Amino acid sequence: MNSIIDYVWLVPFFPLVGFLLNGLLRNSLSKPLTGIIGCGTILASFVVSVLLFIEVKNGHTGTVTLFDFISYDKTSIPFSFLVDQLSVLFLLIITGVGFLIHLYSTAYMHEESEMHFARYFAYLNLFVFSMLLLVLGSNYVIMFIGWEGVGLCSYLLIGYWFKNIEYGNAAKKAFVMNRIGDLGFLLAVFWLLAKIGTVNFAEVFDNANLELLTKNDFTIITMLLFVGATGKSAQIPLYTWLPDAMAGPTPVSALIHAATMVTAGIYMIARSNILYTMAPLTMNVVAIIGLATALLAATIALKQNDIKKVLAYSTVSQLGYMFLGLGVGAFTGAVFHVMTHAFFKALLFLGAGSVIHGMHHEQDIRNMGGLKKYMRTTHLTFLIGCLAIAGIPGFSGFFSKDEILAAAFAKNPVLYILGAAGALMTAFYMFRLYAMTFQGKFRGTHEQEHHLHESPAAITIPLVVLAILSAFGGLIGVPEFMAHHAHQLGDFLAPVFAKSTALQPAHEIDHNTEWMMAGGLSLLIIIVIALAWSRFSKYQKTGEEAGGFGKVLENKWYVDELYEAVIGRPTNAFGRMMEKLDKYGIDWIVNGVGRSVQYASRQARLIQSGQVGSYVLLMVIGMIILFAIQVFLKK
Amino acid sequence: MPINLYIFLALALFSIGVIGVLTRRNAIIIFMCIELMLNAANLLLVAFSKLHLADKANPALNVATNGADGQLFVFFIMVVAAAEVTVGLAIIVMMYRNTHSVDVNFLNRLKN
Repeated sequence: MNSIIDYVWLVPFFPLVGFLLNGLLRNSLSKPLTGIIGCGTILASFVVSVLLFIEVKNGHTGTVTLFDFISYDKTSIPFSFLVDQLSVLFLLIITGVGFLIHLYSTAYMHEESEMHFARYFAYLNLFVFSMLLLVLGSNYVIMFIGWEGVGLCSYLLIGYWFKNIEYGNAAKKAFVMNRIGDLGFLLAVFWLLAKIGTVNFAEVFDNANLELLTKNDFTIITMLLFVGATGKSAQIPLYTWLPDAMAGPTPVSALIHAATMVTAGIYMIARSNILYTMAPLTMNVVAIIGLATALLAATIALKQNDIKKVLAYSTVSQLGYMFLGLGVGAFTGAVFHVMTHAFFKALLFLGAGSVIHGMHHEQDIRNMGGLKKYMRTTHLTFLIGCLAIAGIPGFSGFFSKDEILAAAFAKNPVLYILGAAGALMTAFYMFRLYAMTFQGKFRGTHEQEHHLHESPAAITIPLVVLAILSAFGGLIGVPEFMAHHAHQLGDFLAPVFAKSTALQPAHEIDHNTEWMMAGGLSLLIIIVIALAWSRFSKYQKTGEEAGGFGKVLENKWYVDELYEAVIGRPTNAFGRMMEKLDKYGIDWIVNGVGRSVQYASRQARLIQSGQVGSYVLLMVIGMIILFAIQVFLKK
Repeated sequence: MPINLYIFLALALFSIGVIGVLTRRNAIIIFMCIELMLNAANLLLVAFSKLHLADKANPALNVATNGADGQLFVFFIMVVAAAEVTVGLAIIVMMYRNTHSVDVNFLNRLKN
């Protein structure tokens, strides 16, 4: 077989080369060269991904084994890549959006010195490499390597400006939160190994192996995997790291914390869809956690004033929707939303980055306003992003969100109503953000106003491309009730979810009901947008503190404080106690032994007087003692 | 003569030797005291050898030396003592060259 699939290893290989070049030669490369290496490698991966996509579209899938990774007893874990519909789709998203963000970064990060510029691109390339490994791995172990890799890169990039202690702490928080989730993932892998002795996707999802697992096994394995997903994809209770992750450079937020890494959990669950279908209990938990996260994060986003924080909570909220979709069995819908979300969230973050760039690192939207005059491209693309995420009919977000909500309705109308409420809040906070940033009068200092400018082409081109994708990307998944057989994405992904669909056919909803739901929700969304627009487009700084419930929302439901009080402080107290125990207990014993030996030897040293007579005397005394023992004690 | 007298004499000589070594500081006298101790041991060896030689019934005597090992040992000890004296005197001469004295209490350079 001599198809492009055999060369799938090229996809992660290019970013790895880019990482090594930029990382090792960071002191000698010039900025343009670093940018070319960084972007070029991702572009090369993207080209290979497109070729792979065409190959898969023609119906060829396959597994490519590079070498044996772990092999013992009957278990063999090969280092192999799986090329199928799901992984190819993610490849396109990662390398495509990744490339645009790399391109964007060359302009956004130009203020950095050469060395740090190269370090940034090295991290970014390493991240893309890890993410590709995660998506391509044909077993849970390879996936886990990528899983850890993206966590590491996330840590490195959040703490990119490591001289700022706050940023360093945010990075540590992200890392620790991720590790909690990773433990769940790891336990699930061990459980699988213990029960069926294999972690290869093809074998795990094989009917013969699935029969070896009991109902409880399914529930526990899927629950543990879901714990992993909550860490990586920022769901309750491990979501608090994501808003803090905004400490990193804005393109990083766009790439890692919106478009790719956080979707790893969705990918993993979509990949393991058959296990989840066999565990209805977990499915319900996933749906409820997803919905709860979507609502909680949306309410917090209503009151945030930092442009990136709003987007961060919006990401958490949208991820919640994806999990809701997974939980109600709409795997295609969830993956669809991953895709559209990657487009419009990357667009929004990059747009926000462009605004921050233009405002010289001002992030508070209360100090913005009226930017549409100064930044036309950014304004227009940002507006398209907002329309897409709000779910205005025709834009990409509408189709994917509608698919998830329709599936939720089929499962339980309560899920639908709450989900729709979340969608309304999404529309509200996005247009609050938009109106406060771009409409009305400029509220910043004169200095800032004087320097306001549109960003360079390397920033606006990715914005335009992403805006086009956000606007029309949804057309590959037009629902059945609008046009017959127009859901190309669903048809494309069907083989991956075939088994789950066979076990649990999707509930058919009356087309009229769907029309009504979609139409009604769209109407409500437009009303909400109008409300937000009218209220915030003429926003004036008042300086008064929000009271009551608004204050709770502004402070993120005090979740961070709660975690601090329930987990952080007791752990710290315990740590301090242990420190005391270590210092005054164990150390005291160890030092005591040392001190006593030292003391004893200091005393014993006095015997060595250097006087020959005293030595002889001691010798004689010794002999007399030996003699006495011999004579008197010998029986 | 009863064996007791020999033992007491040897004990006395040995004690004088020990006390001499302990109390005197002159290296040559210490040396002489060591010789005194050696000779106390020699005296005991000879005395016991003679005592047991008279006892024909003892099967331990039925060997090539005919029970005279003790007296043989005395010669060995004398030879060894003579060799020791040459070494010891050489050391004392060297010591005298270095310190212009034969007082052993000056030999405390290794202290500390």
